[in-house]
Amino acid sequence: MTHTSARFPAMLANLNTLLSRYGESMMWLARYMERIENLARLLEVTEAFVRNPDGSPGWDSILQINSDEDRYAASYPLPATEENILAFYITESSNPTSIRAMAHMVRENARSARPLISTEMWMQLNVFTRSMMELSTPDIRRHGLSGLCNRLKQDCQTHFGITEGTLYRDQAWLFYLLGKYLERSDQITRLIDIRYHTLLPSGETSGSQMDITQWGSVLRSAAAYHAFRRLQPVTTTPANVVGFLLKNEGFPRSLMLNLRQVDNTLNALSTHYNLRHQCGPLQERIINLRATLEDQTAEEIISRGLHEYMTYIQDELAALQAEVSATFWPAAPVTIREEVSAPQ
Amino acid sequence: MNRPVLQSPIPSPISAAAVPAAKAGMFAAYDTPDFFCELMRRTDEMPPSLQTVRDRLAGFDLDELRHRTSTAEAQLYRLGITFTVYSDREAIDRILPFDMIPRVLTATEWDHIDRGVQQRVKALNLFLRDIYHERHVLRDGIIPADLVLNNPNYCEAMVGVRVPGDVYVHINGTDLIRDRSGRFMVLEDNARTPSGVSYVIENRHMMLRLMPDLASGMPLRSVEEYGLKLHQTLCEVAPEGVTDPQVVLFSPGIYNSAYFEHVFLAREMGVPLVEGKDLIVENHRVYMRTVAGLRPVHSIYRRLNDEYLDPLAFNPDSMLGVPGLVEAYRRGNVTLANALGTGVADDKAVYAYMPRLIRYYLGEDPILDSVQTNICAEEEGLAYTLANMDKLVIKPVGESGGYGLLIGSQATQTELDEFRAKLLEDPSNYISQPVIDLSVSPTLCPSGVEARHVDLRPFALTGKNTWVLPGGLSRVALRKGSLVVNSSQGGGSKDTWVMAR
Repeated sequence: MTHTSARFPAMLANLNTLLSRYGESMMWLARYMERIENLARLLEVTEAFVRNPDGSPGWDSILQINSDEDRYAASYPLPATEENILAFYITESSNPTSIRAMAHMVRENARSARPLISTEMWMQLNVFTRSMMELSTPDIRRHGLSGLCNRLKQDCQTHFGITEGTLYRDQAWLFYLLGKYLERSDQITRLIDIRYHTLLPSGETSGSQMDITQWGSVLRSAAAYHAFRRLQPVTTTPANVVGFLLKNEGFPRSLMLNLRQVDNTLNALSTHYNLRHQCGPLQERIINLRATLEDQTAEEIISRGLHEYMTYIQDELAALQAEVSATFWPAAPVTIREEVSAPQ
Repeated sequence: MNRPVLQSPIPSPISAAAVPAAKAGMFAAYDTPDFFCELMRRTDEMPPSLQTVRDRLAGFDLDELRHRTSTAEAQLYRLGITFTVYSDREAIDRILPFDMIPRVLTATEWDHIDRGVQQRVKALNLFLRDIYHERHVLRDGIIPADLVLNNPNYCEAMVGVRVPGDVYVHINGTDLIRDRSGRFMVLEDNARTPSGVSYVIENRHMMLRLMPDLASGMPLRSVEEYGLKLHQTLCEVAPEGVTDPQVVLFSPGIYNSAYFEHVFLAREMGVPLVEGKDLIVENHRVYMRTVAGLRPVHSIYRRLNDEYLDPLAFNPDSMLGVPGLVEAYRRGNVTLANALGTGVADDKAVYAYMPRLIRYYLGEDPILDSVQTNICAEEEGLAYTLANMDKLVIKPVGESGGYGLLIGSQATQTELDEFRAKLLEDPSNYISQPVIDLSVSPTLCPSGVEARHVDLRPFALTGKNTWVLPGGLSRVALRKGSLVVNSSQGGGSKDTWVMAR
């Protein structure tokens, strides 16, 4: 141990003192906040725009996006009704994908990282999570679903703004960003996967007649509608929409942009914090993943199998998350011997 | 040092209202029967600084003060300056009620407290060093060996272990009360993991935000330095040969009721807050788990009691502790603050011997008085206690937080009888003391400003030297007539103003 302090001045020796637990908490704090915002948008858009063939809101599609069908079916009858979906996704604390459960997770992670995060961040999260955990069915009725969803989105966005403006830029910030970009990457693939197939039942192809409203709802679910309109004023085809959400370089929720940000974040950890050794394999993974996206057009992805590709991306992202965990907060920590012999 | 005091350009409320008499305005109905009042009734001449505070306060409007109080409490809640109370499966965050009327100490009073606390901490450290090494004090018959060596808080693992600078109690809280004449007395020492210092600092912040018109221009001593001094102290007592020690604060974690304070202190020091699972011991050295691998740790400010620190050394069921920590400590590879086994020194029975211990170790008379204490383990003490139960406070020696004590004058005959049985069953578990009429301080209550009993806990840090934070936690018993100020028993707190002059 004295080796490190003898060879490095104090400042460098203390450079890597971010506790593993803090890194983990920051990452999950960002992931859950992103997930809450996303769910709020999905609920709102589904109520307003997503329709079953009989014209009723297509609540089942939310279950598919979150892979929640089985857990839902264990407690409620199918097809899903609005009342049951709202209970399942908003107030039911036993469902880990509900707003209440996620707010609880946000709170636990924020409390754990409270020594690191800014006072402003903590105050907002403290008030926000407490009010979400106290949310009741009458509250939802009183504000209306869209009122509640708007408030949720606004609170999440307030959080992201406060964080951007007040969180000290060190490793904690980078782990936070890593969580945020990974979550966005995952969410966009789920949205595309489910919506594409519900809107284009088997047999039809991307060139067939389509319902503009329905595809508009896909874009709205990702807050992409107006950006898309500016870019594609004339033709809305399924391939255009899929291409925009997957490959657009300027849209903040596109897969392409978020994978690039994951790459950049790992790069910053690697170069500024002397974590080359740890980041190398992770960066390799993300570079390969980016290449699969850059090397194909949307049409090629669709014709080769959109669902298969989305599944592949999701699996890769899950593997990346697992590898981040194993690298930075291993259950069984690395031994001292490895530590001393590591290149400095 | 003789700089002029800055005066606020904003006229204070009093200058406009020009209320002349002390018992006017807000204090019109204020009454302090028989007790020493921190603000109103003094044996000496009214110090000018207190006069100013009193006059300014008299000009406040009750509704205005209430409004500011609710603003303060809402802020505390939003800031999460809370302690957690658990009931069933629900975790409830509570704030410590905050009273906007400060408790003021003059420079002379503070000088007395400062010297008294330093003396006491010095004696505590010498006593601990002695009983874990040569035991002169036992051989010289100053204190019964049985009381020390068979004390449940006496720590066998510390026998013969040298600690850096011979400091055992790095962080100490001394609970002080004042009797009818205004004389300060030590009620108890807190030499294990005293809490409450975060409220001292947060209360001051709240006060400066919400009562700027009261504080403006007052020569208040700052409490801002505490975090820096604490870090400095922990660096000073790091193991020998470590030039740039890594300090951490060791907390039981987010479910602990004092977690806010742990966060506060870690942030003020700029050091990581660790939980047991963040630390690991290898080759009798302590490391923390970071994203870059294991990093050595040298000084640990621990906010866990001895028995939870290390499942290998103490309670094997402790999930909070770090296996091997105590052995690493015994070998001098890491410093724990406070040291292990300090609980024997702040024991309620050992307390009775403190005046004698101060004379023995320092050859000085105690600067701060103690409350006369009858030790029920001794025949004479038990007999006196049994004969005077209705006039005494009887305390179990092992408890803290105001639990399990009996105030004879307020007890019913049944309660007295029940307590007598408990006392006879296990006399050595009890001490008794006369009821001290705690001083009072004007406090905002539902029916107006009323007198409520207060105590004072100054905090002392000891590394190379001892430093006492010029301030302290003033706890106030919010229930009328109550003498129990603990937060777990309905107590609140006040900002404590120590005047520079």
